[in-house]
Amino acid sequence: MSTTAESTAAPRATAQPSFFDRVANLLPGWGWALLFAAIGIAYGALGQEWFGEELYDAMITTLAFVIMALGLNIVVGFAGLLDLGYVAFYAIGAFVAGWLMSAHFAGVIGGEDGIHIGVSEVTRNLPGLHINFIIVLIAAAAFTALWGAVLGFPTLRLRGDYLAIVTLAFGEIVPRVFELSQSGPFGIGSVDLSNGRQGITPIDKPYLPVPGLENVTRIEIKPYYFIALAMLAITLFVNFRLRDSRLGRAWIAVREDEVAAAAMGVDLVRVKLWAYAIGAALGGFAGVFLGFYRNTVNVDQFEFGFSVFVLCMVIIGGMGNIAGVVLGAVVLSLFDKYVLPELNGVPDAVGLDFDVTAVAFGVFGFFLLVMMTLRPEGFLPNRRRRMELHEGDMLHEEPVYEVRKG
Amino acid sequence: MEAASLAQQRAPFGQRFAKAVSDNILWIVLGGALLFLFIGDPQRTANNVVDGLSVGLIWALIALGYTLVYGIIELINFAHGEVFMIGAFVSVSLYGTLGLATDTAVPAVVLGLVVVLAISMLASGVLNTMIERVAYRPLRGAPKLAALITAIGMSFILQNVGLLWRPTPDSPPDLIRTQREVFEIFGVGVVRSDLFALIVTVPLLLALLWFVGQTKYGKAMRATAQDPDAARLMGIDVNRTISLTFLLGGLMAGAAGLIYGLYNQTVQFNMGFTAGLIAFTAAVMGGIGNLKGAVVGGLIIGIIQQTAESRLDNGSAWAPAVVFAILIVVMVFRPQGLFGEETREG
Repeated sequence: MSTTAESTAAPRATAQPSFFDRVANLLPGWGWALLFAAIGIAYGALGQEWFGEELYDAMITTLAFVIMALGLNIVVGFAGLLDLGYVAFYAIGAFVAGWLMSAHFAGVIGGEDGIHIGVSEVTRNLPGLHINFIIVLIAAAAFTALWGAVLGFPTLRLRGDYLAIVTLAFGEIVPRVFELSQSGPFGIGSVDLSNGRQGITPIDKPYLPVPGLENVTRIEIKPYYFIALAMLAITLFVNFRLRDSRLGRAWIAVREDEVAAAAMGVDLVRVKLWAYAIGAALGGFAGVFLGFYRNTVNVDQFEFGFSVFVLCMVIIGGMGNIAGVVLGAVVLSLFDKYVLPELNGVPDAVGLDFDVTAVAFGVFGFFLLVMMTLRPEGFLPNRRRRMELHEGDMLHEEPVYEVRKG
Repeated sequence: MEAASLAQQRAPFGQRFAKAVSDNILWIVLGGALLFLFIGDPQRTANNVVDGLSVGLIWALIALGYTLVYGIIELINFAHGEVFMIGAFVSVSLYGTLGLATDTAVPAVVLGLVVVLAISMLASGVLNTMIERVAYRPLRGAPKLAALITAIGMSFILQNVGLLWRPTPDSPPDLIRTQREVFEIFGVGVVRSDLFALIVTVPLLLALLWFVGQTKYGKAMRATAQDPDAARLMGIDVNRTISLTFLLGGLMAGAAGLIYGLYNQTVQFNMGFTAGLIAFTAAVMGGIGNLKGAVVGGLIIGIIQQTAESRLDNGSAWAPAVVFAILIVVMVFRPQGLFGEETREG
């Protein structure tokens, strides 16, 4: 009932409620939340036996990628700031995990014995810094939020593609700074931040004095799944609350028309910096998880392709729409981690010899291209976003110009 | 009355001086830094300048592609670095096909290089035109960022084509005896690769400047850049003009690919990304849309890069990061570049 009223009230939207809207209205919001939580928990409990180890492993990484996509969605989807250097925050978060949860700083910080806060019996005897993963998650989110604001600050006066390129350059510089920290040109060379190209490994396993998290091993990956699921639940909660908050409305106002938003009293600097900071914090949050899940942090993980991969999730799902972004992230990262490796036999079968996973980014590039041509608003678009796009006015940019067809 | 208007015309000296400084701030900072380095270590700085100029010529050729395209449709052609990479791959493949090797006689090498240059330029040019036709033209009326994202997609596709073509780094035969010294100025040895870059690049640059500045087609390009609608009303085929622009950019990138391969003695599928970003920095530094600016920007970036490589600890790894930092500084503080033309982004 309400859907019809809504859609007639918005004349620019399609006359019929879209398929997505009709499905979304089958259950109230809390109903969907419960349903998905139940599916998530049921899969976590049974998926490993029922659907196999590979998919379960891919699923854990997917949960972390969903968190990152939701973080990028705040910057790109809500605030309309095209960020091509999101990998920088993944890198910072993962390195925070590397520093605080490994023997990397053995003998440098904390003397011979190291510093241990809330870690398991086994870890307690290792040198270096060993901090409980929950503290590290919070610390890394705060640290990357700070860096998000710092890196965002110079870009405040830029728009459109200049903004994109500057963020891209930051995304390239940050991993280099970690990699080359011992040979720094500006005197930062005394501290080794990353162990060069080798990276930091091993990283502590998560530990909490509750059943299931007391003695986590790499063989049994179920605890990791539930940690990631809990992190995702927090992230989703934060996202929904932010979207409906005063700040969230300010983001959307800035996205749609910066000048008008400023005229209405929106403080552009504050609003944009918050977008960068919160987006970055979620990147760091997921970065810590991937750091300890993969048991290694090294600079080769942080390339431009990853920024585009995450951007691809946001765009394909539907910029600005939380459900769309989650869908896009799940589909793309399962495609990357599960489907592509499974497809590896195909080139052999048709007489070609190459590794399908090696060309994953080419496949994503193709998705981006097709998506931008056919359906730039994504599969599950945000309604307002779709209207903007079909007015030819995404991210408050004017169309270049129209040229006669043919 | 007259005195008043005179006073308006001539601001106080202090203000004029401050304006002159702020208008030329990039020149002042870069010139000052170079002078400082030169006084500290003349020999090394002179070496860096010579190396930088020859590398800079390669960046200039690529930067022209960015600046031509941006000038006409305001799109950062993200796939341009990959067009350059494909040009390099074509040239490396052709050496084998034509049987060019280090022991081939000199006249044959010269002839062979001319043929290879023509073919790789043409390959890159046609590729760039096809990219425009397939990926950018359908989005002509769409928002600018949609086209930018498409360009990124295209860049990834081409990079993976390169990966499938040559999965591992490859080195072309050293046809020009890269490191053989030709002559010396002020104690700085000029090697054959420097000279080779100069000999190939300068005629191309002059030809391009002539084409854009003096011919009917160039006039159509400039008119389209200024106002596409008015250009169309004047009977200019805008689509064909845009295709021509992409063709020209691609031709330059193909030549740059050949020079880069022989100059650095290595080609790799991911070389286009960094090279593209460095060349884009050059284009922005010269003021994007400005052809001469792109050439000057390329040369300056070349010198900065070589200086960073030789002066910094672990310099060859740091140099790209230094160039990207310069990109950020220029885009944020002086988006109009060295020559001070305003852009719509600034």
